Amino acid sequence: MSLNLVFLGRLADAAGEGERKVSTVPSIAALIAGLEPELSAALGSPKVKIAVNGKIVSDRAIFTLRDGDEVAFLPPVSGG
Amino acid sequence: MIDVRLLAEPFSPGDFVGPFSNAHPGLGGVCTFVGEVRSGQGVEVLELSHYEPLTLPAMEELAQTAVARFDLMGILIVHRTGQMMPGEPIVLVSAAALHRREAIEAVDFAMDHLKGDSWFWKREKREDGWHWIEPRERDHSDLARWQ
Repeated sequence: MSLNLVFLGRLADAAGEGERKVSTVPSIAALIAGLEPELSAALGSPKVKIAVNGKIVSDRAIFTLRDGDEVAFLPPVSGG
Repeated sequence: MIDVRLLAEPFSPGDFVGPFSNAHPGLGGVCTFVGEVRSGQGVEVLELSHYEPLTLPAMEELAQTAVARFDLMGILIVHRTGQMMPGEPIVLVSAAALHRREAIEAVDFAMDHLKGDSWFWKREKREDGWHWIEPRERDHSDLARWQ
């Protein structure tokens, strides 16, 4: 089973794609650490918000990921 | 009524404002704002991306907040996504109320929150390629007016 990652805004450029499937890992820290270094650094910024299954994660340090979760990385919004 | 829409294709604001006004018999005022892609500054295409699970629900919540805060009879929010050419409408906000000030302020409130606090990411295509648009300090100070 896997996690579905979604990269919004300029993070899609950093990832080279808008979506990606990766093997399931238990924590957001492990997920970010498992990606390529440049992308990992971009996603680790405190300005990047994270949503799991459409809900913003308030404390990423204690959040537990499960098989099939959609994890979206949301950089600062640039206005409508 | 609360009417909130995300559209992937060009729209004509007049098609929405007329029916919205007609849906509120007895209103005292309707205020409408239309934002368009600026032209003449080297921008060839503007692209707005969004995240389906968050963007529309947050806009609906914003609409409900505006109705409650300004005692509106109704609010209409229409927002484009995808690629737009200069001169095309990006956003339409229309508020109906018994009194003009509530309608005017509600539109100002909704626009500040759409610009500074909604799930949209914007990039522009210029002669030398695509550029992501970063948040501006002004967006934050505009939002702070309502706190």
